[in-house]
Order: sequence, then C-alpha cells, then structure tokens
Amino acid sequence: MDTQPKIETKNLNFFYGSKQALRNINLVCADRRVTAIIGPSGCGKSTFIRTLNRMNDVIAGTRTEGEILLDGININSTAVDVVELRKNVGMVFQKPNPFPKSIFDNVAYGLRINNGKKRAQIEEIVEKSFVEAALWDEVKDRLRENAFALSGGQQQRLCIARALAVDPEVILFDEPCSALDPIATAKIEDLIMKMKKDYTVVIVTHNMQQAARVSDFTAFMMLGDLIEFDKTERIFTNPANKLTEDYITGRFG
Amino acid sequence: MKKKKVVQFIAFFLLRVCLYTVLAVLLIFLYDIGRKGGGAISWEFLSQPPRRGMTEGGIFPAIMGTFLVTIVTAVLAIPFGMFAAIYLNEYAKQSRLTRIIRLSIRNLSGVPSIVYGLFGVILFVNVLRFGTSILSAGLTLGLLTLPWTITASEEALKTIPNSYREGALALGATKWQAIRTNVLPYSVPGMLTGTVLGLARAAGETAPILFTGAAFYLPYLPQSLSDQFMALPYHLYIMATQHHAIQQVRPLAYGTALVLIVLVLGLNMTAIVIRYRLRRKRRW
Repeated sequence: MDTQPKIETKNLNFFYGSKQALRNINLVCADRRVTAIIGPSGCGKSTFIRTLNRMNDVIAGTRTEGEILLDGININSTAVDVVELRKNVGMVFQKPNPFPKSIFDNVAYGLRINNGKKRAQIEEIVEKSFVEAALWDEVKDRLRENAFALSGGQQQRLCIARALAVDPEVILFDEPCSALDPIATAKIEDLIMKMKKDYTVVIVTHNMQQAARVSDFTAFMMLGDLIEFDKTERIFTNPANKLTEDYITGRFG
Repeated sequence: MKKKKVVQFIAFFLLRVCLYTVLAVLLIFLYDIGRKGGGAISWEFLSQPPRRGMTEGGIFPAIMGTFLVTIVTAVLAIPFGMFAAIYLNEYAKQSRLTRIIRLSIRNLSGVPSIVYGLFGVILFVNVLRFGTSILSAGLTLGLLTLPWTITASEEALKTIPNSYREGALALGATKWQAIRTNVLPYSVPGMLTGTVLGLARAAGETAPILFTGAAFYLPYLPQSLSDQFMALPYHLYIMATQHHAIQQVRPLAYGTALVLIVLVLGLNMTAIVIRYRLRRKRRW
C-alpha cells in the first residue's frame, strides 16, 4: 500500500495542568486512509485526536508541546489560524450533537458562518453533503424539521454531513458509534470506509472489531504512551508488543 | 419496616404543614388587600392625579412614574447584566479572581436597598449631577437589579450544553460566532426571565428612590428624564404613614397597594410565560 503522510506528530506531549496526558507521540496518519486509535479508557486517545484540530485549546490550563505537521506545516503554533485549521480538519463527536435547528440549518451552519455563500450554493452543498453522508433519502422530505426529531444514528450522520459541508480534507471521529445501536453503527462504518476515497480519516474507538473492520492503520495507546503503530492487519494478527497482544486478545481493557 | 413508614409519614406531614402555613399567610394577606383596596379601584382612580391634598382623586402620576423609572432600570440592567454574564461565563478565565467577582456579585444582591439608595444619592445625584430625577432613581434601581440580572443570565448560559459550543468551533466558527449563533439564541429567554423578575423587584422598591427622585406629590407628569416623579411604592408609604389624614385616605392606600401588587404579579407572570415557552421549545 503506497501512502503519503497527511498528518505527522513529532514528540507530541500534552498536559492538563501539571498532569501529562500524552507522552512523546510520534505517529503518521496517511493521506486518504483510515487510521484507528485504540486503547483502554483514559489512555489519551481522545486527547490525542483533539490535538489534531486544536480542540484542546478551549480547555483552560492545557499545554501542547512538540510538532503536529499537517501537509508539512506545524499547526501547533500561534501563527496558525485555528478557525482555518478547523475548517480543514473536521470533527465528529462521541455523542451526536445536532444543534436545536432544522435539519437543513444544521448542515448549512458551517457554510453560513464561513462568509457569504449564495442561497442556491448553500442548498447545493447541503444536498451534496447529505448524499455523501448517506442521509439524503431519509431527510430530503423533512429538511425543515428540528434535527432532534431524527434517530440517534441519523443524528450522527447529520453531524458527519455537517462536517463534510465545510469541505475539509481530514475528518476526526471521536468514538462516533459509542452511543449507537449495532445497525446504526454498521451504517457509520460503511460510510467511513467510503469516505477514505476523498478524506483522511482518524478514528478513536473503544471497539477493536470496529478498528479492524474500518482502518488501514492502527495505533495502540496506553496511559499516554503510543505502544505500537502499524498496519491494521499486522496489529491484529501479529503484534510486536506483548501489551498490544494482551489488549487485543481481551486480557485487559 | 413499620417504623420507617411512620417516620416517613411524619416527615411528609410536617413538610405539608409548613407549605400550607406559608400559603395561608400569603392568601390572607392578598385577600385583605384585595378586599380593602378593591373598593378604591375605579377608572378615575387609575387615570386621574390625586386631588385635595391626596384625599381624593387617583394615582395616575404614580403609575406613570413607576412605569418610566422601570424603563430606565431595564435599559441599564438588561444589557449590562447580560453582557457581564456572557463575559463572565464564556470569556473570563476561571480563576481565583473570577471566583471572587462572582462571590461579590452574589453578595451585592443581598445588600439592603437603602444602601443602594444612599449610594445613588452620592453617585448620580451629587457627583454626576443628574439631580433628583427619573434618571438618578432609574439608574439606582438598575444597580440594585444588576446582581440579579447577572446571576440569572449566567445560570441561563450554564444550561446550554458545551457540545453546542464545541460543535460550532469544530466547524470553523470563531468563539464569538459560536456564542452569538449557537449559545445566545437558546439562552436569551432564560436570561430575560431572570431579568424580568429582577425588574419586578425593583419596581416595588421604596428606599432606593426615596432620596434619588421620588416626589411626595406632583400634580403633573414628568416631562423629561431630569424631572422628579411620583412612584407607587413611595406613594403608598406616604399614604400609609406620613399623610395628615391617615384614617381618611386608608382606602386609597389599600387601592395603591393593590395596583402595585397587580403590577408586580403581572411582571412575574410575564417571566413565567417566557420560561414556559422556552421549556416547550427546547429539547436537550
């Protein structure tokens, strides 16, 4: 598999106050591939993924050290405009978080705040995003309804459509299926596998089967350390590290 | 097993007795004012100025005065309260300093209103030379209302889930965009509820306007913000304690009390309606 690096972290350290949550993470997320981050609760998976769009900036008293290269440019720098960065690096959260607006307005939100597109343009992009998120057929007749009327799985696909509408290159998924039933989960997984044709995907998951199914590369983290990082099939068939093997065979979790 | 149930029965009984006692006192109080004041209410009472040394006529100037001064109060307390709360909850770093500021605001809401009144005399009447006027009295009441407005607005902002803020930021919104488009629209009704309750309290206050602008008797309506005014609570105070013919004007005093209570209840009802409509709309 021939891949280009899209994101590369170098000696990435992260602190909540004096508590270190990430230690010396060196990881490459390949362009237009799916990279999964697995590991037990509290290992720093979510913290890691949130460094990639500087979402940790909003938490007071945190500090990020080291380099995070996106297309070779260090985004862990005050010179980087986080607003531009986050348009380029979209994020889907653990719990579906539709806004209390109509289904249409949810997906149009990112377009409206990012300076004036014409109405017709917005409508076109919204439809395209819904199609990409495999939700169009379910919502095309109810675009004016409140987004809370959708089921949990539909809400999460709405959030994916909302992220796609601002035309990012990278999409971060922070345990996107942990609040969903198996059928809704399967739909999201299908979607992620299709999305890697156009997007670089990084997904944090608790579910090892999910990582095995959807990802090309897998990183295993524990207590803030990156234990092992390799092609997914290798991590799950022949891991190099004893800890990885213990974790994926269910000896701890 | 049995004993537990008995204890529970006694506890609930006591709680119920307390509630009914408070309710009974309140109802007797309202009934008394309604009965004695109801007779005084007429179109003339509501639309005419007092006559013959306030032994006859109506309370129209006092109603208008209270109305106007409440508007000045609202103009100060609503924007400043809301914006201060937005800054405190959304922008300010949560540090020792903000904790002290928050604690001070809570404490200010417990300061006796006469203290605000005297402070208003010094600041607005004397130092800023607004004189004894609607402006001075309204601003003094505004200061009195601010701690309530700030606290209520902050509580309203706290009910908005963080996922709205993060969701907007993750789409490339600036912090202000996230607040303006995805936090404020859902918190403004809650902020208004608290603010209106604060205004209702201010409208019924006597001490803060006593030295800052309320007049004993004016045969005409205020023409500008720098005029003195009559106000319902102050008028009631005069009629009940200072008038030369207290017994004779007692029905008028009760009538004034009734109008004031209805006005305050009306404002509180407005707050309840706003809150009810907010709750029906929100779904998180």
